[in-house]
Amino acid sequence: MSNKIGMALEELHRSENDLAGALLRMSDRHKVDHEVFYLGRDLAAWSHLHIRELAAAGKDYGVDLDAEPDATADDEPGLLASLRQKGSELSGREHDLGVLLLRDLREIHRMAAGVSLDWEVLAQSAQALKDIELLELAERCHPQTLRQLRWANAKLKESAAQVMVT
Amino acid sequence: MARSDRIAEPWGTRTPYGPGEEWPARVDMYLADGLTEQDVDSWHQTASVLHSNGDAMDIAVKDGSIVGVRGREVDRVNHGRLGPKDLFGWQANNSPDRLTKPLIRRDGELVETDWDTAMDAVAGRTKELLAERGPSSIGFYTTGQLFLEEYYTLALIGHGGIGTNHMDGNTRLCTATAAAALKESFGSDGQPGSYTDVDHADVIALFGHNMAETQTVLWTRILDRLAGPNPPQVICVDPRETEVARHATVHLAPRPGTNVMLMNGLLHEIVENGWVDHDYLDRYTVGFDELKKMLADYPPEVAAEVCDVPVEELRRAAHVLGHAERLLSTVLQGFYQSHQATAAAVQVNNLNIIRGKLGKPGCGVLQMNGQPTAQNTRECGADGDMAGFRNWSNEEHVKSLAKVWNIDYHQIPHYSAPTHLMQMMRYAEDGSIRFLYVSGTNPAVSLPELGRIREILKQERLFLVVQDIFLTETAQLADVVLPAATWGEKTGTFTNVDRTVHLSEKAVEPPGEARADLDIFIDYARRVGLEDKDGEPLVKWTDAEGAFEGWKECTRGRPVDYTGMSYAKLRGGSGIQWPCNDEHPDGTERIYADGQFWSAPDYCESYGRDMVTGAPVSPVEYKALNPDGKAVIKAAEYLPPHELPTEDYPFLLTTGRTLYHFHTRTKTARAPQLQRAAPEVWVEMAASEAEARDWHEGDLLEVSTPRGKVEARLRISGIRPGVLFLPFHYGYWDRPGGHEPDGELGRAANELTITDWDPVSKQPLFKSATAQVRRLGADGEPSAAPTTTASRPARPVDADVPTTRGGPDAEVEERAGQGATSTGGGR
Repeated sequence: MSNKIGMALEELHRSENDLAGALLRMSDRHKVDHEVFYLGRDLAAWSHLHIRELAAAGKDYGVDLDAEPDATADDEPGLLASLRQKGSELSGREHDLGVLLLRDLREIHRMAAGVSLDWEVLAQSAQALKDIELLELAERCHPQTLRQLRWANAKLKESAAQVMVT
Repeated sequence: MARSDRIAEPWGTRTPYGPGEEWPARVDMYLADGLTEQDVDSWHQTASVLHSNGDAMDIAVKDGSIVGVRGREVDRVNHGRLGPKDLFGWQANNSPDRLTKPLIRRDGELVETDWDTAMDAVAGRTKELLAERGPSSIGFYTTGQLFLEEYYTLALIGHGGIGTNHMDGNTRLCTATAAAALKESFGSDGQPGSYTDVDHADVIALFGHNMAETQTVLWTRILDRLAGPNPPQVICVDPRETEVARHATVHLAPRPGTNVMLMNGLLHEIVENGWVDHDYLDRYTVGFDELKKMLADYPPEVAAEVCDVPVEELRRAAHVLGHAERLLSTVLQGFYQSHQATAAAVQVNNLNIIRGKLGKPGCGVLQMNGQPTAQNTRECGADGDMAGFRNWSNEEHVKSLAKVWNIDYHQIPHYSAPTHLMQMMRYAEDGSIRFLYVSGTNPAVSLPELGRIREILKQERLFLVVQDIFLTETAQLADVVLPAATWGEKTGTFTNVDRTVHLSEKAVEPPGEARADLDIFIDYARRVGLEDKDGEPLVKWTDAEGAFEGWKECTRGRPVDYTGMSYAKLRGGSGIQWPCNDEHPDGTERIYADGQFWSAPDYCESYGRDMVTGAPVSPVEYKALNPDGKAVIKAAEYLPPHELPTEDYPFLLTTGRTLYHFHTRTKTARAPQLQRAAPEVWVEMAASEAEARDWHEGDLLEVSTPRGKVEARLRISGIRPGVLFLPFHYGYWDRPGGHEPDGELGRAANELTITDWDPVSKQPLFKSATAQVRRLGADGEPSAAPTTTASRPARPVDADVPTTRGGPDAEVEERAGQGATSTGGGR
C-alpha cells in the first residue's frame, strides 16, 4: 500500500512541477499583460512550495523526490525566459495574439484541475491510512491549487470577450 | 479676528477641545486684492474639490468673477475651517490660459474649431467604431473632479447606451483599494466611520495616511484634540517622518512593501493577548478562526524582522491598539498604492472588527479617498462599480438597473466587472480599444511608467478625446479637446469620505465657450443617438437638478440611498450624510450600528475576491459563507514584493503628495501662493545615506529605474534609510517639453514607477519600485521642498534652507466661530 502512496506522491510532484513550469512560461510569454506576468510568478511560487513539501513527505514513503523545482524543461531557462519576454514586448501591439493568452489560460486551468484531483487522491488515502501528517499536508496545499484553478478561470472569463469579439 | 500666513501655518490657529466636546468653530476667509467682506457682491455655497475632506465654503463673487472664499461655519465637516488649497486654489479658475474653444487635430496640429465640428467628430468616430468593431472598442476614463450628476450621466451613457464594459475613473489610482477593502469586509462600499469620531476617540491610528498633508482640515481637528484635555494617542505607520509621525505616540516606519506582514504581526499580538471582543465576533462576524490560524505564522519577532521595525515598538503599538476604548482607524495611499494593497487595508478593517470598535462614537474606520469626488464615481458606477452599489455578479441587480434606465438588461455588459484603467490601457496598446474619452484627468502624468503611456496615447489608431479646463499633457496628445467649465462655474453635488453630500452652486459664467461637463455628455449622447427601449432619449434630463432626481431613483432601496435629499434641502444648511430616506430624513451619521451590515447575499454589492489572485468569489461560495449579512473577516498571507532591491537598483522608491499641490498641479500650479510653496520636484533621502556618500542638501541627483530617469534636488529628510521619496505632482506642461521630458531626464516621478497593480483592487503600485541614484553636481542651492511638511530638513545643520513662508498675499483671516451649529454661512 505504501508503494502506491509513494507513487501518488511522485505523480503529484511531477504534476506540480509541470504546473509551475507552465505558469512561468505563460508569465514570460505575456510580459506585456502585467497581471498575468506577475501573478504567473506568484502562483508558481505556491507550486514550488508544494514541491518542497512533497519531497519532504516522500521520505516517509521511500521515494526520493527533488525538493528543487524542475528546471530541465528548458535547457537555458534564463535565456529562454528573456527571449519569450522580449517576444511578448515586440508583439504587444498585436491584438490577434490575444488568442494565445486564452490558450495558455486554458492550459493552466486543465493542469491545475489535474493537480487538484491528485491532491484529492492523496487526501482520501491519508484519511484511510489515518496518516494525519499527510492529511494536513494536503489540507495545506490543496486550497492553493484551487486558487490557481479559479484564477485561470476568472482571468479567462475577463479576457475572452475582448479577445474574441473586438 | 486674527490673521495668519497659511502657507507657513497650513493648519492655522489651535482651538483646543476635549473628548466628547463639540469642535469649536473657526471661520477662515481669504479675499484677493485687499477686498473686504463688504466689497463682495454675492456668496455661493460649495465645498472643496482639491482634496477629499469635503470642506464646505462660500465663493465670493465681485463683478462677475471669483475673488475669494470663506469657510462655512454651519458645516459638520469643517466648522468653518479651510486648508491652503481651499484658500488659494480657486485662483486657477481665473487663469488666462483656460481652454475657451474646442480644438481639433488637423495635419498633426491642434487648431481651434466650433462645438458642432468637434462634437460631430467625437460622435462620428463613436458611431463608426460601434458599427465596425462593436462597443468594446470604446473606452471612457474620468476623474475625481466632476460632480455626481456628471458621473451618473456618464455611467448611463457608457454602460447603458454605448454598452461598453470599459469605463473607469482616476479614483483607480488613488482609492480603488478603499472601495475594495470595504466590499471585502462589509459586502458593500460606504464608510463605517464619521469625522466626528475624531471628537470621541482615545486612540487614532493612521495607516499609511499622511493626513496632515492630504486632508489638512481633518488633521486640524486632530491637532485641536491633541492640544486639549485628555488627548488621544496617535499611532502612525509610515516610512517617512511625516507631521503625523511627529505627533505620534508610536511611529512605525516599515520597509515599503511589507504592510501585510506588519498588520499580521500587530493582529497576532492583539489576538495572542486576548484583546478581542469575542461577544462581538460571535454575534456579528464570520471568518475569525481562519484569521487566527493564519496569524499563527506571524509572531511579532518575524514581522519586526521582515518590516525592519523594532519589535518593542511593534508590541507597544499593539498594546495601544489593543487597549483602545474608542478606536478610530484611517488608511490611505501608504497602503493603497503599495504591494498587497487590499489585503493590507482589509487587515485594518479586521483590527476594528475583532476589537468590536464599529458603529459607536469614536469607533470608526475611514478607508480614505484622495480625490474629492471619488466617492461619487464609485456610487454612480463611472469607475468599475455598478450604479447604486449594485452587484455585477447578481443578475437581479443588473435587471433592476436596466429597469431604472428603461433598457433591455442585456444591453448592460455584465460578463465581468468593468475593465479597470490599467487593463484599458493594455487594450488601447494592443489596438482593441480604438476610442478613449478622457474627462478631467491627466494620465500622461499620473499613470505609472510614463514612457509606455505616452507611446500608447500617441498611437495613430487611437482616437483620443480630452475634456478639460487646461491644455494638460494628455490634452496635447488628443485628437479633439473639449473645453469644460469647472467648480464654481456649474451646479452639482458631491460626497466626501464620511458620506456627507454637499451642493456646489454655480457662482460665475465659464470662460469663452467652455461648457459644463454634464452638458457636453448630454450633447454627446444625443449626437450618437442613444435611446431607451421605447425609442425615447436615453438621458432624460437636461440639467444638474434633473440628473440628481434621476439618480435618487437609481439609489432607492440600496445602501447608498439619496431619496430623502433634494437640492432645496442641501441648499443653505450643512452637508447631509447618506443613507437619507423616509426612514432617515436627516441622513445617517453612523452605519453598521448594532452589527447591521449590508452583506446579505441578495443585497451585497460584491461577493469579494481572493486576496492574492483577485479571482472573484462565486455566489455559491459566498452564500455558504455569509447567509446572515455578517461582517467578513478575511485573512491574508504575506507575499514578497515583485521588485526587490538589487546591486544595480539598491533603493526602494516611494512616491506621494505634498500639502500644497493636488494631482498633476493643473490647478494648484496656477495659484501663486501654492506654486511658490513647492515650485519644483525634489528627492528625499535619509541623513545616514547622504552622509555615507558625502552628499548635501540641494545636490542635483539623477534617480533611475529600468523605466526612466528623473533629475531632482536632494532634500535630506526624516525618511527611513534605504528609501527614496519623490512627489508625484510634477509634469511638463510648464516646461519646454510640453507633454514629455525635454531631453533624457524627466521630472515626473511616474517616469520611474512600475506597471503592476494590486490584483484585488486593480490599483497601480506607485510605491513599489526599486531605484538607483547618482549625483550629477551641486551649485549650493538648497532644494525648494517645503520645510513645513514631511519634507522638513532632517537636521539643524541644514538651517540655511529657507523656511517655507507665504508672505503678505498668503495672510488669511481667522475668526472665532459663533457656535458651529447655529448660524453663519448662507448667502
